[in-house]
Amino acid sequence: MSTTDTTRPGVPATTAEQANAIATALAGGQRPQRPNALSTSVTFGWRALLKIKHVPEQLFDVTLFPVMMTLIFTYLFGGAIAGSTQDYIAYLAPGILVQSVLFITMYTGATLREDIDKGVFDRFRSLPIWRPSALVGMLLGDAVRYTIAATVTGIVCVFVGWRPEGGIAGVALGVLTLLIFAFGLTWVWTFLALILRSQRAVMGVSMMILMPLVFGSNIFADPSTMPGWLQGWISVNPVAHVVDAVRGLMDGTSVAGEMVWVVGWSAALVGVFGTLTMWKYRDPR
Amino acid sequence: MDDLAIETAGLTKIYGKLRAVDSIDLAIARGGVHGFLGPNGAGKTTAIRMLATLIRPDEGHARVLGRDVVKHADEVRGLVGLTGQFASLDEDLTGAENLRLIAQLYGFKGAAASRRADELLDAFGLADAGGKQVKNYSGGMRRRVDISASIIVSPELLFLDEPTTGLDPRARNEVWDIVRALVDFGTTVMLTTQYLDEADQLADRISVIDTGKIIAEGTSTELKASVGAGSLHLRVMHRDDRETARDVLVRELDVDVIREADPQALSASVEDRARATRALGALEAAGIDVAQFSLGQPSLDEVFLALTGHPAEEADATEEEAA
Repeated sequence: MSTTDTTRPGVPATTAEQANAIATALAGGQRPQRPNALSTSVTFGWRALLKIKHVPEQLFDVTLFPVMMTLIFTYLFGGAIAGSTQDYIAYLAPGILVQSVLFITMYTGATLREDIDKGVFDRFRSLPIWRPSALVGMLLGDAVRYTIAATVTGIVCVFVGWRPEGGIAGVALGVLTLLIFAFGLTWVWTFLALILRSQRAVMGVSMMILMPLVFGSNIFADPSTMPGWLQGWISVNPVAHVVDAVRGLMDGTSVAGEMVWVVGWSAALVGVFGTLTMWKYRDPR
Repeated sequence: MDDLAIETAGLTKIYGKLRAVDSIDLAIARGGVHGFLGPNGAGKTTAIRMLATLIRPDEGHARVLGRDVVKHADEVRGLVGLTGQFASLDEDLTGAENLRLIAQLYGFKGAAASRRADELLDAFGLADAGGKQVKNYSGGMRRRVDISASIIVSPELLFLDEPTTGLDPRARNEVWDIVRALVDFGTTVMLTTQYLDEADQLADRISVIDTGKIIAEGTSTELKASVGAGSLHLRVMHRDDRETARDVLVRELDVDVIREADPQALSASVEDRARATRALGALEAAGIDVAQFSLGQPSLDEVFLALTGHPAEEADATEEEAA
């Protein structure tokens, strides 16, 4: 066995050149000033947008899925529930916006699990940066996806016949409210991504949590037609409060009480699951 | 005390019932390459991940460049670079975008980040591939982008976790050249590998790790010496002579002589080289024609076998390296 001979066969004569180039590159690696939390988070947001640029197919779930759901629910149940699709879309539109966006929040957990499995998160976690910035940046990028989903859903609803009383401003405020809650809810999925060991498990558990929240709510029908136990659940279901707030804003009615609920729930979710996520982030499976 | 690159005491990581890393004590000086040699699942990656602050030790403690990896994790992160076992790149992005991303996270602003990314792509011979998505790269190219991402800000200590696993021989040589260039520049490199020749080629000192424990440590020469002065390989001219030759060798060397798979070959580990020479004379006196006779240092393969009782590169797939 040879030891440290420098003239190994099969290696091009450019070895020395490359060694020089690498030494030069290393010498150029002076540390710039450490970036702040906002700047690193925005950089991770930029990464999420680059991924959309390179893999635009990933926008299917934020465009086609909401369109399908809106059309199916409106035309399948509209007549039965509200007498006509026109009357039903007025009730359903704000709710289906909430549903579209909340379903998409799940993908954040699945994406995070994939990043961890592929090893790219090891690199991020080995950097001297504000620790939550990789996750916060992901959520910033996701805000773009949520906005696209809300816009697409809104446009479809308008085509079907939705004429929101609150006007553009009311709809925009409604979407903003929804984004605040989505930001809070997403930390539940990031936490799941760190404690569960496969992407499939993350999706499965997320779905199990999300189903009763979305379908056991006032999105599709007026709760006063439902049995008492279900009304009881809906009265404590945070998604129902979000729907009430979004519906109120888009219909141009007063929502002060509901807004307190939404902001309170969002803050609680970030407080509890954001903390749990960052605790687990130090030492994930 | 800042003079050691890595210093650990009783460093342990437990997954369920498995002690993936079991009370490791290390004292690794700055400069050069320190090799962590062991089969799959031996605990190499888990140990490196603790040192690079990716996972937290369950017991014991570790200091990297004088900083505690738990209490001063952030300072450690500022001083070390890590190239993981799986290329830690975003496959959807281009090589240049990956480097720009990391450069920005280190604090390079817009144009400066792009400039730094281009500099590194050039240095690593990737200027042409920079605009392609990483998913289209060969294993060797990924590795080079990955290593260049680890040195965007020149680290004092670089962790390389199995940098050549899965690479073809040419790409492997390229990575070796890169490691040598880093060391010449003054970077301390801690390298894990399951390839004995890689440790032999690159590492100044080697820790042999098996089932979470360090079972031997030293230079490659010291490790080889620890299993005997050398190994004798002999090939007789006529296969019928092999048994007679073996009897002569057993008598002269007073050690076990192994019948190799080759029906003409014998081998033995010898403590005393003079005795081996005398044995050669005895063979001649007995009228046995010898086709080949060599006396050399044992290979790291033999070292590993002697230390662990099982061959090095035959990975027992019982444990997944805890990810």
